[in-house]
Amino acid sequence: MAKVPVQFTLNGSENAEFIESGTTLLNALRDKIGDTSPKGGCHQGTCGACSVIIDGELKLSCLTLAETCNGADIKTTAGLAEGGVLHPLQRAFLDAFATQCGFCTPGMIMAAKVLLDRTPNPSREDVVDALSGNICRCTGYEPIIQAVLVAARANSRTAA
Amino acid sequence: MAIRRGRGVAAINYPTGMNLGGDPTQALVHSTPTGNFMVTLSSVDLGQGMKQIMAQICAETIGVPTDRVVVDTADTDTGPHCMGTFASRGTHRAGNAVIQAAKEARQVMLEVAAEELEVNASDLETDGQGNIQVKGAPQKSISIFDVALSAHFKRGRSISGRGMFLIPRSYPEKETGAMKPSTCYAHACTVAEVEVDDETGEVTVLTVKNVFEIGRALNPKMVEQQLVGGSWMGISHALYETTEPYYPNRDHGGTDFNQYLMPGPGDLAQTEIVVLERPSADGPFGAKGPGEMCANPQIPAVANAVFDAVGVRIDTLPITPERILRALKARAAS
Repeated sequence: MAKVPVQFTLNGSENAEFIESGTTLLNALRDKIGDTSPKGGCHQGTCGACSVIIDGELKLSCLTLAETCNGADIKTTAGLAEGGVLHPLQRAFLDAFATQCGFCTPGMIMAAKVLLDRTPNPSREDVVDALSGNICRCTGYEPIIQAVLVAARANSRTAA
Repeated sequence: MAIRRGRGVAAINYPTGMNLGGDPTQALVHSTPTGNFMVTLSSVDLGQGMKQIMAQICAETIGVPTDRVVVDTADTDTGPHCMGTFASRGTHRAGNAVIQAAKEARQVMLEVAAEELEVNASDLETDGQGNIQVKGAPQKSISIFDVALSAHFKRGRSISGRGMFLIPRSYPEKETGAMKPSTCYAHACTVAEVEVDDETGEVTVLTVKNVFEIGRALNPKMVEQQLVGGSWMGISHALYETTEPYYPNRDHGGTDFNQYLMPGPGDLAQTEIVVLERPSADGPFGAKGPGEMCANPQIPAVANAVFDAVGVRIDTLPITPERILRALKARAAS
């Protein structure tokens, strides 16, 4: 199959790849670029483990064709920490024991980040709503919800 | 037609491990040249926390901080034999094997330290911070780092140990058929409160209160995670999960993940967990196997709560709205 050039920004760095037409963004990120933070859970858009942020929007990378991302600004959980300092969401997930097997965690954090970017002081219902597209098979939703609320409070303290 | 409230209770005994021709797990422990310890297992960490717990058990037995232990799991080509990570047996079986292996390694470590310090090994103790010292005279000490270097490069010793834990096969008694299929029982009790809409058959779980007796909680926070998550899996089994949702005909069944119903964060019931610790006689530091048990008692508790609410016994899982409505219809007809 013919390869097509794709150029996008991933976590602030320019990336240019030749990919096979029809490759999902998930596979391009994991297999071509080596960012394995998005996880392939169901590969059909129902579990949320592959969630990434494309131009500020939460997207399922398993249902996004890489060639549609030309010129896009893509963020993944792997790019959240700055200079070795964890993002408040990552810190909160750790502190709240909001990970068990960890497979859903990057997708949860992406969904939570989009929420907090738009709604810095979310209610519990806002958080539940934002995470409702992400499945946690260990069913640790309660500590995950709590972690997002804690991160939101930490953010608002920093801002104030 | 109304929303009806019900409460159900269920209590269970839950075995640790199984018995099909014996239930063994082995472990190997060895030190690196710099005095870290490696635990080699064939047991799997599938997200339940095996690596953390085995590191804790090894560290506690040898007398070093947990971060000095690395656990290598799940290569059945190269690791010592394990029956597998199932039947809630991981912590109990592998943990016992790790204790035995770590004790042997600790003994060699103390012997090398004794040679370096020119004392008897039986007079030595670990300080838990990475040093070995003379009992009652802590100023006379040597770091485990130096002991390992000495063993590797000077004394020609391998600071290592072998561990084996086996529950032997139990045969049924000829007269009675009685046998011992498992050892070390954990216990749990759940009270569930539900609302059932007798017009739509929909069940809402309001609260789930669980008590788990699990031996000793080797890592209380991870135990809590497993129990809270498991409690919810129990509700999920009771009310949602099936490969043949709602339809009597297999042709209408789900074919993939997107048709497999699981509750999301919006379906959370108010969940309460109480942990009772009654250390087991044969478990590592008193641990039992709560792994699968944590998702069991919610199922009969929810079924009983549904019965309490609308007076029908649903004995097929999951307890779907369709099954409740059919049962209500059958009861009205009779």
